[in-house]
Amino acid sequence: MLIIRKFEEKVEELFIVKGLLIGPSHLYLGQESIATGAMLALQPNDLTVTTYRGHGHALAKDVPSNLCMAELFGKSTGNCKGLGGSMHIAIYPKTGSIYATAIVGSGIPITAGVGLGLKQKKSKQIAATFFGDGACNTGAFHEGVNLIALWKLPVLLFCENNQYGMSTNVKMAVSSPSIAERARSYGMETMVVNGNDVVAVYAATKAAAERARKDSQPTFLECLTYKMKGHGVYDKGEYRPKEEVAKWLERDPVATFKKRLLDQKIMTKEEVDEVDTATQQEIEDAVKFAMQGSPLPFDEIGNYVYAK
Amino acid sequence: MLMKELTYADALREALREEMIRDPNVILLGEEIGVFNGVYKVTRGLLDEFGPERVRDTPISEAAIAGAAVGLALAGMRPVAEIMYMDFLPICMDQLSTQAAKMRFMSGGQLRVPMVLRTQYSLGRQHGSQHSQFTPAWFLQAPGLKVALPADPCDAKGLLKASIRDPNPVLFVESGLLYRTKGPVPDEEYVTPLGKAAVKKKGDDVTVVGVSRMVGECLAAAKKLEDKGVSAEVIDVRTIQPLDIETIIESVKRTSRLVIASDEVKRGGVGAEISASITETAFDYLDAPIIRVASPDMPIPFSPPLEQQYMPNAESVIQAVQTLLGK
Repeated sequence: MLIIRKFEEKVEELFIVKGLLIGPSHLYLGQESIATGAMLALQPNDLTVTTYRGHGHALAKDVPSNLCMAELFGKSTGNCKGLGGSMHIAIYPKTGSIYATAIVGSGIPITAGVGLGLKQKKSKQIAATFFGDGACNTGAFHEGVNLIALWKLPVLLFCENNQYGMSTNVKMAVSSPSIAERARSYGMETMVVNGNDVVAVYAATKAAAERARKDSQPTFLECLTYKMKGHGVYDKGEYRPKEEVAKWLERDPVATFKKRLLDQKIMTKEEVDEVDTATQQEIEDAVKFAMQGSPLPFDEIGNYVYAK
Repeated sequence: MLMKELTYADALREALREEMIRDPNVILLGEEIGVFNGVYKVTRGLLDEFGPERVRDTPISEAAIAGAAVGLALAGMRPVAEIMYMDFLPICMDQLSTQAAKMRFMSGGQLRVPMVLRTQYSLGRQHGSQHSQFTPAWFLQAPGLKVALPADPCDAKGLLKASIRDPNPVLFVESGLLYRTKGPVPDEEYVTPLGKAAVKKKGDDVTVVGVSRMVGECLAAAKKLEDKGVSAEVIDVRTIQPLDIETIIESVKRTSRLVIASDEVKRGGVGAEISASITETAFDYLDAPIIRVASPDMPIPFSPPLEQQYMPNAESVIQAVQTLLGK
């Protein structure tokens, strides 16, 4: 969770302050506990399909932070060799992070296929997909959720309801009282989870993953959260009411979890600081690694269009 | 080589069946392919032989059919998905052109997407504007995708087998009008490589390139032209992505004249792409302008006599050749 926070703060700095990074980048600040809790509860070889807001998913699914940073810099040392960029940073099949799409909603039918493949192979692995509240108004969402429920696929669907699809509030976009309700109408188990509480996400995922693994039953987890910044790194999010922002900042998942660890005496202040320093160092090293690399030579990129 | 006579549909079914026997990861999914045996009976009997897990009927959800095929491929399967009409491809265009086609590239070579999307176009079967379209050129703008268009039973089988074995996403476009036509197919195992055009008839005076159903019309035209003392070389492109432009260039170097025939609206079609490529690479060999034989830039009319006039045929190929030769 902390590494995601520090990674994203660094990314923001590299874009806004230092001007070293360019292009669209969608920060995961405020949503860290969802990817963290979910990935911890999943098995390392479970397969995930995520989105363009994927830095957090990548890091939580064990994509090395230096490869992620190099990918943002467009270097050949990035996990996608600099050909994917921020929006596809969570593509790293070595750790089961098999896909990240930049088209809203499109990952859901793909995850249906992944789940079907795993089920057909009688694999013990399951599939999980992450998407935002905006995705639930696309056709792909409905077609995909229907298939997942209809075929009883071993799939977990994490809807990260961060209250805004770009600048459009979920209340202006979703007709039903909740998104989970929509999924329930397709006949699948649903849970509404406090997405700012990593322990709650972990526990919910654990239960859902067991149901998927043992009984091949999907679960839809609507995780209520808030993006602390705007849609993309350049968006200041000024369309949001100040009181709303303030209310959610009090529920900052990283700060509240840190407080919990200290209050419950699970970690001492020194231990927390130590983790903090080590994590910050890892991020600084990642930036150094990224800056040392170079982009692929242009005459080589054609080799990546088709598999031989 | 021992040969047998098969219809185009039977040849396709043989390819599916043989590949399903060869590789347990090959599975079929699509609308009406199982219990109903396929709208055009290409998948007849396969549900009985392989069961509902490997021949999977789906709801009417084209985006999810194509998306599921992408996901199956990522999970290590070899899906062959069917989209009933080519007109329905825009519904799953994102999955095909923006997801499947780009995955290999934007993952820096980490991903492989071995999937086949079978579809067919029904021009000439009185299916009207929304069930007859032939729009292969749209997919020329999706690097990462391969596009195969068999023109006879032999290639229907060989190209489908190659497509299923290919590690890339392949759009496989069948001609609905050809399903019941017969042709020779080898008894023994064979695969027709993707990206290699076929010279169907040798000739010296003019090169006639056909796409899908129009290959047969070009051959019929060539036969009639022979009687008039004109020797036409007929080439079947077989795949437009990759496009075997070299075979066409070699032919044009000898004949100096080129006609391209395809069931598309003329504007921006496969013929336009071939024509531009030849102009760029073999302009000095041309003795006359390139002519495209295609449909007018209009939607497809239902009325059977109007549809017949709308469609290019052997006669329109003959006219194009005669125009080129000034005869």
